Amino acid sequence: MASDTHAHHDGHHDDHHGDVGPHSSMREYVIGFVLSVILTAIPFWLVMANVIQDRTTAILVLGGFAIVQVLVHMVYFLHMNGKVEGGWTMLSTMFTVVFVAIAIAGTLWVMFHMNANMMPSHGEHQQQPAAAHQHHTQ
Amino acid sequence: MADLAHSSVHGAHGATAVREYHLAHEPHPENGTALGFWLYLMSDCLIFAALFATWGVLGRSFAGGAGGAELFDLKLVALNTAFLLLSSITFGFAMLRKQVNDKSGTLIWLAVTGLFGLAFLAVELYEFRHLIHEGAGPQSSAAMSAFFALVGTHGLHVTFGSIWLVVLMVQIAKHGLIHENKRRLMCLSMFWHFLDVVWIGVFTFVYLMGVL
Amino acid sequence: MAMTEHTTAPAHWLLGRITWDSIPMSHEPILLWTFIAVCLGGLFVLALLTKFRLWGPMWRDWLCSIDHKKIGIMYMVLGIVMLLRGFADAVMMRLQQSMAFGENMGYLPPHHYDQVFTAHGVIMIFFVAMPLVTGLMNYLVPLQIGARDVAFPFLNNFSFWMTTAGAVLVMVSLFLGEFSTSGWLALSNLGHQNPGVGLDYYIWSLQIAGVGTTLSGINLLVTIVKMRAPGMDMMKMPIFTWTALCTNALIVASFPVLTAALVLMSLDRYLGTNFFTNDLGGNPMLYVNLIWIWGHPEVYILVLPAFGVFSEVVATFSRKRLFGYTSMVYATVCITVLSYLVWLHHFFTMGSGASVNAFFGITTMIISIPTGAKIFNWLFTMYRGRIRFTVPMLWTVGFMVTFAIGGMTGVLLAVPPADFVLHNSLFLIAHFHNVIIGGVVFAMFAGINYWFPKAFGYKLDEFWGKVSFWCWLVGFWVAFTPLYVLGLMGVTRRANHFEDPSLQIWFVIAACGAGIVALGIGAFLVQLGVSYLKRDQLRDHTGDPWDGRTLEWATSSPPPQYNFAFTPVVHDVDAWWDMKKHGYKRPLSGFQAIHMPLNTGSGVVLSVLSLVWGFALIWHMWPLAIASFAAIVIGAIVHTFNYKRDYHIPAAEVVTTENARTQLLAQHG
Repeated sequence: MASDTHAHHDGHHDDHHGDVGPHSSMREYVIGFVLSVILTAIPFWLVMANVIQDRTTAILVLGGFAIVQVLVHMVYFLHMNGKVEGGWTMLSTMFTVVFVAIAIAGTLWVMFHMNANMMPSHGEHQQQPAAAHQHHTQ
Repeated sequence: MADLAHSSVHGAHGATAVREYHLAHEPHPENGTALGFWLYLMSDCLIFAALFATWGVLGRSFAGGAGGAELFDLKLVALNTAFLLLSSITFGFAMLRKQVNDKSGTLIWLAVTGLFGLAFLAVELYEFRHLIHEGAGPQSSAAMSAFFALVGTHGLHVTFGSIWLVVLMVQIAKHGLIHENKRRLMCLSMFWHFLDVVWIGVFTFVYLMGVL
Repeated sequence: MAMTEHTTAPAHWLLGRITWDSIPMSHEPILLWTFIAVCLGGLFVLALLTKFRLWGPMWRDWLCSIDHKKIGIMYMVLGIVMLLRGFADAVMMRLQQSMAFGENMGYLPPHHYDQVFTAHGVIMIFFVAMPLVTGLMNYLVPLQIGARDVAFPFLNNFSFWMTTAGAVLVMVSLFLGEFSTSGWLALSNLGHQNPGVGLDYYIWSLQIAGVGTTLSGINLLVTIVKMRAPGMDMMKMPIFTWTALCTNALIVASFPVLTAALVLMSLDRYLGTNFFTNDLGGNPMLYVNLIWIWGHPEVYILVLPAFGVFSEVVATFSRKRLFGYTSMVYATVCITVLSYLVWLHHFFTMGSGASVNAFFGITTMIISIPTGAKIFNWLFTMYRGRIRFTVPMLWTVGFMVTFAIGGMTGVLLAVPPADFVLHNSLFLIAHFHNVIIGGVVFAMFAGINYWFPKAFGYKLDEFWGKVSFWCWLVGFWVAFTPLYVLGLMGVTRRANHFEDPSLQIWFVIAACGAGIVALGIGAFLVQLGVSYLKRDQLRDHTGDPWDGRTLEWATSSPPPQYNFAFTPVVHDVDAWWDMKKHGYKRPLSGFQAIHMPLNTGSGVVLSVLSLVWGFALIWHMWPLAIASFAAIVIGAIVHTFNYKRDYHIPAAEVVTTENARTQLLAQHG
């Protein structure tokens, strides 16, 4: 097979650009940081001061804050936009979000129904003695 | 001699259109490291998705033991969140220094980031020890198993990220901000920010909602 | 009967739970003879390697190779070797089930039988189908897109060796300890319920191989996105590359869930957590749910590249452009997305209720539509084509008939009330073998026959190829039609003994079918041997033995290490066909030095360390586990300190290679 006559410098052949990756700026990081602090402090305050009484509403509000902060991180820290890498990072992220949503929502939906159908009551089980099930494959 | 890298194509009227069928020079495909690492992070998202789903299903089954409200110290979690968020921005500062080829600036900010990361891990280990001490270890119930698996996996990622950070600092100190090291920094940066994104999910869905 | 360790025996500080009893050969004659055969065979191979002084070249040129072509070939070899082991398991099962009725208990006691069917499934899916599919994609994708290699050549090598490490671990379980008895997805024995080493062998071989597969998925995705030749837009890619793209997207999207599910099961086993236990809040059904979220995309990971193979073969041997290229692409993408929405059809009977079952039943039926569209496209490609019934084309036609029927039985099973009767019956077994053998296995043989000349420089013998095909086709139907019948009569799977003697005739017929398939496999091996012996007569001199349509046929057979001396520029789908049509002349001069990645042994080393780590965890050899894990981390870090990853093939060498080809082409037109 081909022999190596001389090794070249550390991979400078495949990329002649001066910079690697999307360009960051101080402004972006500071905005992202400040937004993140706000989007973290409010949920913590909401829970620690017991502001929202209804559990379902609280869950939705907290979830909303989480989603917004994730987007803030994506845009300001991870420099996500539709043009980076020919749009492929955006596409793969959207794919992933869809699959994550299906996996989590699907699991919750399926397991909720199973538990509802299998458990004698809808409430939680207290500690029970270990049920030793021996499955014979015959 | 510049090789004629084309063939003649005769159109319907006998006119000749010249079509190139190969490149006469070395191809330079775009480097795939950034996209490849991003795809790895997407696969990591799915591991966390499975763990979040597990928490979603099992997260209220404390087997009669203490629940989230009694076990989770939100002040400590807030402190940890602060450490991680700060480490994200200090990494950002390191990247800004890298952009202007300031090697020592980069190293300093990386070191600060690493310290914040270690602080995060220390607090987390303290919290774990406390939970185990209180009888709420991973074996005590399905909810605590799910808790330790999810939060623990995140912590393991931070640990590996910290080791990587130290290794990269050594490599930058040794070789400088060469192209390859800049590429590695970019990957570590993505990794570090991604862990902060996952943490948003953790503190929201595990700690805050667990206390409700 | 291989007995496992009693958990009350204290573990040795260094050797964990290994004892002399862990060697089952002492009380299992079948294993003893297998071991002797393996030892003799192994020694023979080692002796040959030594005699022909192949150790050095083997290490340098193959084990350390980061060349996608060599790695692709090694994947295929792994798949074929493991096919023999997996098929041996199948024969053992057919034999047992054809004789064990009433008083006759057969020759395989339940504990051994359970390991056989588990090993059969695990090996066939993870170590036959996956490597064959991955091997084809690895070999072909860079060639089809006009690239020199994949995006991350070292990672490619590492992925292969991790897969092999997983396979080795499964094979070791044959002689040390035992294998899992819990079926290929470990559904039945969870958590604390089976403390023996079998399930641990299963877990760690899959986890190690899974790392390899996931990384390979990322690698091929980036390759296809970033390294296509100029002019090759997405809608000008070969169809096989499109299916590879979708397959690898599925791999990256689904394998992490398998990893997570197995990790949670490991935590239950090693640390006593409560994910899948029956008490303290655990829920075994959660495992079933998670594992099938992976499991269903997995079968599409296997079948999509198969569809890609058939698309290429049909177009070439009908001498026609593939009908409906755009709809094929859309169908593939639809299938990719939909495959993530059907997983519950694997456990309709687990009790999620009517609304959940109905939803997943409907999505399952919907997913058959794009698949049907593909079949019509292949048929329309053949219609009014000038068809040559070469061996690959025979496999394709065999596939169309076999897979279509298998798919239909799938749609039948998609109806939840029907599934309640047929779940885990032999009908189900017949269905999935129908689609996997008819789809994936037939595709692999078609692909092997089609691309063998490209990889090795000579065609495979046509006669023995046809013998192999007919034996497989007939053998498959003889083996599995009885199972459809038995399933409809209510016979369940995974049983090693039956009471009702009226069932026996069906099992005997099935066993005969397995025998015919065995002849097919034998014929394939003969084909390999005969072709090698006749290689000069079967030689492919031009690089394009079939008058192909895609870029891989533009290279010599086998291609040079750098694939293309000059990167092609693409103008149309079926790029090579387009070039031929326009009278493209291969350049005879102007060759330059070519930038290539360096071989490395890091992949082998890290994988061997992973193998040791897995072994140590299985046998609870904690000091070894910690040491090997540390070694892996340190080894990986050391690898990153190596910055010299590439070199240049000197222009003179390229000139020599290309001139040799010019001469060859001149001699043989």
